Amino acid sequence: MKPLEFHAPTTLDEAIGLLAAGGQDVGILGGGTDLIIQYRAGRRAFGHMLDVKKIPELNVLSYDDATGLRLGAAVCCDAFTEYAPALKHYPGLVEGAELIGSTQIQSRATVGGNVCNGSPAADTICSLIVLGATCVVAGPGGTREVAAKDFMTGPGQTVLQPGELLVELRVPPRPARSADAYLRFIPRNEMDIAVAGAATTLTLAEDGTTVQDARVAIGAVGPTPILVEAAGAALVGRKLDAAALDAAAKASEAAANPISDVRGTAEFRRHLAGVLTRRTIEIAAHRIQQG
Amino acid sequence: MSNGTKRIITATINGNETTMAIDNRMSLLQALRDVAGMTGTKEGCLTGDCGACSVILNGRVVDSCLVMAAEADGAQLETVEGMARGQELHPLQTQFLEHAALQCGICTPGFLVAAKALLDRNPNPTEEEIRYWLAGNLCRCTGYRTIIEAVQDAAAELKTSAR
Repeated sequence: MKPLEFHAPTTLDEAIGLLAAGGQDVGILGGGTDLIIQYRAGRRAFGHMLDVKKIPELNVLSYDDATGLRLGAAVCCDAFTEYAPALKHYPGLVEGAELIGSTQIQSRATVGGNVCNGSPAADTICSLIVLGATCVVAGPGGTREVAAKDFMTGPGQTVLQPGELLVELRVPPRPARSADAYLRFIPRNEMDIAVAGAATTLTLAEDGTTVQDARVAIGAVGPTPILVEAAGAALVGRKLDAAALDAAAKASEAAANPISDVRGTAEFRRHLAGVLTRRTIEIAAHRIQQG
Repeated sequence: MSNGTKRIITATINGNETTMAIDNRMSLLQALRDVAGMTGTKEGCLTGDCGACSVILNGRVVDSCLVMAAEADGAQLETVEGMARGQELHPLQTQFLEHAALQCGICTPGFLVAAKALLDRNPNPTEEEIRYWLAGNLCRCTGYRTIIEAVQDAAAELKTSAR
């Protein structure tokens, strides 16, 4: 392993400068729960490690009814999931973040890193997609915003260009009578990677039963997470009866594009996409009714 | 202080300010064991799966194999060496002995530190909360029943003591 220079800049400008100077030879260290393993296994080789946890912009954690949630890319899952406004307004996103690894991993891993790692099985990306989140990216040319649904481009691949880093995630405020939910299937209770996952957001009309808006995204059933527009469309304007739930589940099954691997067969994953879609719709509706 | 690929870091370990000369490639686990000579923290999987290397870093329990030593500059650290007060064991340590919650003992420091982090935050955890909290600590000898019971009894003991 070649010698390593370690940098812990305290300003975003300094970090951008170090990234520009180091090019491909820089590893960006957030919580390190993916990067350090990849580094030690030789899957990532670099001469510079850039710790971004001392940069104020990456440590933002705030909520405002008018503008929504701001979640800095270096905020660990443990800090995020104990943040009361997040649990109140985005319970599905919080339950995804809570599923990332053990207690020890929660103390380090970040939602931002979960997204940047680019895994289609990431437990927060489906929720970010259905919530309409925006990824704020900084680079030598300034900052740009990328919709969460466009952020991952393939397994381990994102829109981040050399010299760029994720600064924060912005999640819009929820309309009245809205809730979200996330579920994944794993063959045990804890400490595993999703075989399949699904996130749903629902907004009900004033009558409390007709669906006004719905979005569904499914994960680990394709090279990138999939926003299933047909599943949302199958629900809008309808009551959440068996026929509507069936239609949404069928839409997710149709949209899934899974592979068979050690975690499950393509056929099983396609089935799961439907089951998890149905269940997350039911959970989101239940959450709205509970207020 | 940084000199290219090596540096001097200072961390407060169990209340004692400790200065270590490290290579930037080192993990916190390596720095604790090989530089500070504190071998209570154990090396297991090196991938964040087993929890044998658990330490408390700035108030949160982490796997020290997945922390770079350089990150610990200026940090507050608690390790298993800080749990007993002289000859007086921490109630968690006493209860692990009472319940025979160990055989080979390699996983024990990690369990003790992780359980301490739990009781620091939640003095009255349910069995389910203990099981989920400790899901990242693996024991390959005893199974978990005695470990869970030891944590429950230590929680009860801590509530009645002034510690």
